[in-house]
Amino acid sequence: MKRSTAVFLQGLIIENPLAIIMIGLCSALAVTTSVANGIGMSLAMTFVIVASEFIISAFRKLIPESVRIPIFIIIIAAFTTMVDLVMKAYFPDLSKAMGVFIPLIVVNCIIMGRVEAFASKEPVPHAILDALGMGLGYTWVLVGMSVVRELLGNGTILGIQVLPETYQPILFFVLPPGGFLVFALFISLNLFLKKKWLESPLGCPDPEGGK
Amino acid sequence: MPVALKIFITAVLINNIILMRFIGLCPYIGMSTDVKQSIGMGFAVTFVMVLASTATWTLYNLVLYPLGLEFLQILVFILIIASLVQLVEFYLKKAAPALYMSMGIYLPLITTNCAILAVTFDNITYGHSFFESIVYSVGVALGFMLAMIILAGLRTRVRTSAIPAFLRGNPILFVLSSLVAVSFMGFAGLIK
Repeated sequence: MKRSTAVFLQGLIIENPLAIIMIGLCSALAVTTSVANGIGMSLAMTFVIVASEFIISAFRKLIPESVRIPIFIIIIAAFTTMVDLVMKAYFPDLSKAMGVFIPLIVVNCIIMGRVEAFASKEPVPHAILDALGMGLGYTWVLVGMSVVRELLGNGTILGIQVLPETYQPILFFVLPPGGFLVFALFISLNLFLKKKWLESPLGCPDPEGGK
Repeated sequence: MPVALKIFITAVLINNIILMRFIGLCPYIGMSTDVKQSIGMGFAVTFVMVLASTATWTLYNLVLYPLGLEFLQILVFILIIASLVQLVEFYLKKAAPALYMSMGIYLPLITTNCAILAVTFDNITYGHSFFESIVYSVGVALGFMLAMIILAGLRTRVRTSAIPAFLRGNPILFVLSSLVAVSFMGFAGLIK
């Protein structure tokens, strides 16, 4: 496999930030009550991570090692502010629905983690691919979760009635406890798939030790 | 009921920051392996949250707002919190080594804890007064600690019980959180 493909797939599946590494969970669980919110959050997040990785990778030779963390934070915060203001101006409803979670992109560990571990060391094209992979990896989990939650909790997808009128919505799924439960099943599924596809020939024991 | 008490109860129980709002999940999952550790983390969060609320509220209302620089809010708040935590760490190391030993290891982790930043934004969004913002941050921090202690307690029980194979490891933690969150929803009727 070419290195660029590998870099892209890394975030999408192998090191999926939400389902495998389990970072940046807050926003993922909170905004997935409807598909529109899930898509909006994913777009905002993908924009910030691509822009930040691009800038930091382009300037990686100019950023002094000792003050790199504050510089990264300022760059990420600048892009987050842009997204926040654009959302407030053009999508006021969406912005209101997500509330504090748009500004909270700035402390999302996914971005800080990728910037520190990848963009500050790699050339621009790879950094952008990595950011796109991570962004899309975040997106599919978010959209997947919000489809399940909106469908079961409201009977709709993107506000359009999908299930028959007689369907009694299970309110539980759009309430906070439903978010936890759906996420639990999602990571359970992901662990299962990972074990099935990536089973090692030596039969290594489960690293979790079945705790 | 006085407004401050209302804010406090809402922050601790009704709008519990972890179980109802999903903010600060990383330390909640990562640091709740035993009860003692959760309490240590809880106190460190309380301390930083109150300090951060005080500093950001003052700066926003005395500097950013009068000068019309509200759009810098995100940038300024995260920098204040980061430098504040660093200063507190230096000070504690020198002035109170015993306290530093028990709390210090958690401090760097707290800088990027979304709960701290969320509380400072909330104070501005809800238009809290100075006193209210302190009450609110103490309430949120206690709610954070409460949720962590509950999960830590449950985890010690889970370790010795038979769990369905597909939920072993991390998934069971979220199932537990879901059940605790259901019980916390009962608090919703506490304040009218």
